[in-house]
Amino acid sequence: MVAQESHQHAAPQGFIRKYVFSLDHKVIGLQYYFLALTAVFVGMFLSLLMRIHLVWPAAALPLLGVIKPETYLSLVTMHGTIMVFFVLTTAPQGGFGNYFLPIQIGAPDMAFPVLNMLSFWTTFVAYVVMLAAFFVVGGAPLHGWTGYAPMSALQSSGPGEGLGADLWITSIAIFCIASLMGALNFITTTLDMRAKGMSMFRMPLTCWSWFITAILGLLAFGVLLSAGILLLMDRNLGTSFFLPLGTINGQLTGHKGGSPLLWQHLFWFFGHPEVYIAILPGMGVASQVLSTFSRKPIFGYKAMVYAMLSIGLLGFMVWGHHMFMSGMSPYSAFAFSVMTMAIGVPSAIKTFNWLGTLHKGRIRFHSPMLFAIGFVSLFVSGGLSGPFLAQPALDIPLHDTAFVPAHFHLIMGVAAIFGIFAATYYWFPKMFGRMMNERLARIHFFLTLIGTYCVFMPMHYLGLAGQPRRYSQLTELAYLHPLMGLNTFMTYAAIVTAAAQLIFLFNLLWSMFKGPKASDNPWEATTLEWTTATPPPHDNFAGRTPVVNNGPYEYSVPGAPRDYVMQTDPAAVAAH
Amino acid sequence: MGLVILCVIWLITLASTYFFVAKTWWLPAGASAATAAIDHQFAVTFVLMGIIFVAAQLGLGLFVWRYRGEASSTRADYSHGNFKLEIIWTTLTAILFVGLNLLGSPIWAAERFRPAENGATRVEVTGMQFAWYFRYPGPDGKFGIARPELEDPSAGGEAALGLDPADPASKDDVVTGIMEVPVGREVEVILRAHDVIHSFFVPAMRFKQDAVPGLAIHMHFTPTETGNFEIACAELCGLGHYKMHGMLKVVSQDEFDKWLAAREAEKQ
Repeated sequence: MVAQESHQHAAPQGFIRKYVFSLDHKVIGLQYYFLALTAVFVGMFLSLLMRIHLVWPAAALPLLGVIKPETYLSLVTMHGTIMVFFVLTTAPQGGFGNYFLPIQIGAPDMAFPVLNMLSFWTTFVAYVVMLAAFFVVGGAPLHGWTGYAPMSALQSSGPGEGLGADLWITSIAIFCIASLMGALNFITTTLDMRAKGMSMFRMPLTCWSWFITAILGLLAFGVLLSAGILLLMDRNLGTSFFLPLGTINGQLTGHKGGSPLLWQHLFWFFGHPEVYIAILPGMGVASQVLSTFSRKPIFGYKAMVYAMLSIGLLGFMVWGHHMFMSGMSPYSAFAFSVMTMAIGVPSAIKTFNWLGTLHKGRIRFHSPMLFAIGFVSLFVSGGLSGPFLAQPALDIPLHDTAFVPAHFHLIMGVAAIFGIFAATYYWFPKMFGRMMNERLARIHFFLTLIGTYCVFMPMHYLGLAGQPRRYSQLTELAYLHPLMGLNTFMTYAAIVTAAAQLIFLFNLLWSMFKGPKASDNPWEATTLEWTTATPPPHDNFAGRTPVVNNGPYEYSVPGAPRDYVMQTDPAAVAAH
Repeated sequence: MGLVILCVIWLITLASTYFFVAKTWWLPAGASAATAAIDHQFAVTFVLMGIIFVAAQLGLGLFVWRYRGEASSTRADYSHGNFKLEIIWTTLTAILFVGLNLLGSPIWAAERFRPAENGATRVEVTGMQFAWYFRYPGPDGKFGIARPELEDPSAGGEAALGLDPADPASKDDVVTGIMEVPVGREVEVILRAHDVIHSFFVPAMRFKQDAVPGLAIHMHFTPTETGNFEIACAELCGLGHYKMHGMLKVVSQDEFDKWLAAREAEKQ
């Protein structure tokens, strides 16, 4: 608790210190959130261009004209990179984690407010550098978000592989530094800043998910940072970490002795935990929201915690399942495969426990709950295609086909985004002091749920039929021609789904200023953020320090005066 | 609202499942020895995951409707979980997933753990931006030396591969733009790449393997039917990735021998 004393900094007065270079975790959380909000619309716009080009390759688009094959691959690269780093890593952890971790554990701020400010602004610099790649000669890189060497390591492997690729990898390296700073802060805050009575096993599952995500980030981003620096050296300083003797269009590259597979090992050692960095906070939010709106304690709280811990642990032992076709030792595929299948176990535990939470509940269908239910559905759908890809024998037909993007879009894309939506609708009243419009939220929910299923379920069928990923046109291979109709359907679905996001954007911006005023605890929830004012004051609890007497999800306690017992209420039940 | 969500989730589930079960879009017809085992493992996985998918989604929809707040005036059930249930479903899923994995392992072993048989048709497959080249060792049964500094893709053929004319073993090597192999005999594929990573993907052969610069990867497959089968590049390799395709021609042994002899004669 000594640590807490040193964080009692006074509320700043000037605009710059209050809203720009703020030390307040709440302001920093909102900064992260709005950065991710702009990024998600950029990323979505790029994906629309891709879908339109795939089915109408000759169409001249306003401003852009006819999309060239290299432009298409730039879209592929930037869509993936922006979505993974600046949306799925940024919004759930940097955004909501920053805003609500300290409040949910009863702390006045993060452990290191200056570091927190630095990590946001470093992320911002990374974002600007990434976007700059669009505007340099040659444009953005073509090598996909995975940046496989030698393609990413050679300036001559294609347009966009010059300055654009340098900016791309520099941005990712800067992003890694920002994420490392953030991860340190989250871990320290969780371990050192909890209020009296807030034992680890009284933390809301959201805090557990942010805590575990931070540990994954601390272990994973350092590896990507190193790999990124090596790649920059290969590109610009003549080293050959990832480059064997080779030629491009008959010209010797001047490199020799390096290993292209080394990049893949380093990248996926980061890349697979990154998947869980994106989805774990969504799991936390889904648990929080399902419990709140079912008016029931979460089913199997400790099982949920252990499941998340084992997902995090196993997540570091499975990176090779991205590489079954890469030329690495086929024997290692056995180990990677069985570990990957093992992740299905904690994932299934979580699903069962979410269903268990709904069972015999009294469900209230507010907008956060709709998205949490959608999250569970998408998590099941996206999760169950995993055991196909986890088997090396099935990767022979499926690897690098549309089946793979179908799988990971459903789970780490759409499910994670549904987690972000659930969190937005759930915490919006606390963050902005106003309620969002429920009618618009419902329209947004159903259009998005149906729309994303219409885009990504057919993508599995394309993958089965053998449609390769990252093809800018589907006209060259005769066996792809019968798939054009399905592809066209998916493009229409994508356009409708994207349009539905404008409803969300309108609802968000309109409600910030015009929504009806929110009370301190509009959802009748139990965790600490609902015990303080709306929006919370600068030090979160207006000078008092909360004392925690109850677990995080005490709903419908028999004999209690209300159907929820807040964490700060007098102890309602004996420890269980 | 509970009923609406139930309907939407159930409809999505049934529609998704219908197109899988009806096989409207499915694995392309296979024409290799590996097809049966791979497709069978796929089917087993599909049936098991399909059952879980349908059960979980229908259950989710049902719970959401059945336990909607309006349905009852009493409080929700106060329960923190059930330890026995946790143990049961943890054990069951562990058996299911690990068991499924073990079931598929022999297929992988058969494809990747043994070298090609003696007497297999040997073909070196080289990927470069954005074409596939195929090389046969010729009557001496030896692939001649290829040197990166001699590669000239614009010239095509042997020059594209950088065959060293000074090496006697390379003199009789046959380089082609389409891959022709005899039916019913194992093909040994030696995969190489000059510039970036490519991936040799022949859907009908249930064959896929990356071609990596700096590595010579030895693989094998056995075509069981004659015909023309498309080859795709499955690993992003640059702006022409989408048009880096080729053709695998599977013919009778007689036809293959004649074709190869004619190619070799051209070299004399």
